[in-house]
Amino acid sequence: MQRKFFSPHAKEIVSDVYRGLDAPARRMFGKKVLSLGAISMLSGCTLSDDDSIEKALMVMSRFNDRFQGWLFDPDKMAPTYSEEMITKPFPFNAYYEEHEIRPSPTNFKLKVSGLVRGKKDWTLLELGSLPQTSQVTRHICVEGWSAVGKWGGVRFSDFLASIEADTTARYVGFRCHDYHTSIDMQTALHAQTLLTLTYADETLPAKYGYPLKLRIPTKLGYKNPKYIQEVFVTNINPGGFWEDQGYNWFGGS
Amino acid sequence: MATSSDRPIAPLYVRVTHWLNAIAVVIMVLSGLRIYNASPIFDFLVPRELTLGGWLGGALLWHFAFMWLLVVNGLFYLTGNIVTGRLSQKFFPLRPKELLEDVLNTLRGKLSHEDLSHYNTIQKLAYLAIILDVVILVLSGLAIWKPVQFSTLSALMGGFDSARVVHFLSMTFAVFFLVVHIIMVALVPKTLLIMTRGR
Repeated sequence: MQRKFFSPHAKEIVSDVYRGLDAPARRMFGKKVLSLGAISMLSGCTLSDDDSIEKALMVMSRFNDRFQGWLFDPDKMAPTYSEEMITKPFPFNAYYEEHEIRPSPTNFKLKVSGLVRGKKDWTLLELGSLPQTSQVTRHICVEGWSAVGKWGGVRFSDFLASIEADTTARYVGFRCHDYHTSIDMQTALHAQTLLTLTYADETLPAKYGYPLKLRIPTKLGYKNPKYIQEVFVTNINPGGFWEDQGYNWFGGS
Repeated sequence: MATSSDRPIAPLYVRVTHWLNAIAVVIMVLSGLRIYNASPIFDFLVPRELTLGGWLGGALLWHFAFMWLLVVNGLFYLTGNIVTGRLSQKFFPLRPKELLEDVLNTLRGKLSHEDLSHYNTIQKLAYLAIILDVVILVLSGLAIWKPVQFSTLSALMGGFDSARVVHFLSMTFAVFFLVVHIIMVALVPKTLLIMTRGR
């Protein structure tokens, strides 16, 4: 039913346009979060107090974090789909181009730190020996596109139990290759939040985040860390790569 | 004691919510167009000059801040209209026969704007349509923002992807309404006075 709104090549068009358009935009990290293009054009002058506007908008974004935390229902499951509905090919998406994917690490070990008792490193083999599950869910990007994929791995709440994490703590943080993010404990414990080792029943490919990706169907794509190197539990909000530039921290869907 | 002719045609709460809504709508549309550009659903992009926020993250900050103004202000307006009976007084009855007459009069250039305290049938229909449209805008927006928490709403919209289409089309209608609305105010400038000082 929703297909009829789109041309058969919509996906390609969208990703082409997106790459052409936003690749530079996604790199303008040093630039101001807000350029008030339209408003300054309409009023014929530039607003000198960008900063106070930006601060006010960030206050609202923090309010929206709390509102979403309150709205979040731990028992509410994200819709799941049949395998026929999987989007092929599943889009590659990062702030760098596909040919810039970092080489996969060898002898990988996942580090664990912060408010946990079991501070040992985890090999992929050890993670693979924990109970495995998989699910087909919709990945929704903050940009607006969405795609259905199948991820498999360890239920993250099981992993947190394995490392004897203090689940009364507020945040779980992720250090990844060139990137970091953090999530609320409620979401970390959600039954569909998976520490994934596979995509479409195959070892997680480099372009989708090898060796480890946290798949959170209740959050937008930028809150689903890829290339995870370290997991830590904390009571201090660690922020994140995108979040520090203005994307909403909670980023829930 | 105030006589009926002193009483404002547009009560204060209607005027305040009208202008707050105007601010919210302009910011929601301009920031929304920038969000649209990050992953367009149709084969066109919106010129950057017509967008607000500079980049996707900035546009989202505007959009998700001013959605509260749109919703809270809108609910206040609707509640006020229902509780005071203004809704039923000003917008109803809505008779198809009168609508036809008014449309014909408009085509003949004879639609009267002498008595601005009453809405003609076209106005009634147009204002009810924009109220309904904003309700759809908000609901489709919720379905896009919270497709998991409000999964039923999202399904009612035909799924996440079509909720985006519904959101865009209802935005388009709102902009169309806004353009016609401004043209009408330019043709009958007295209405601008009613919406500012009340009479």
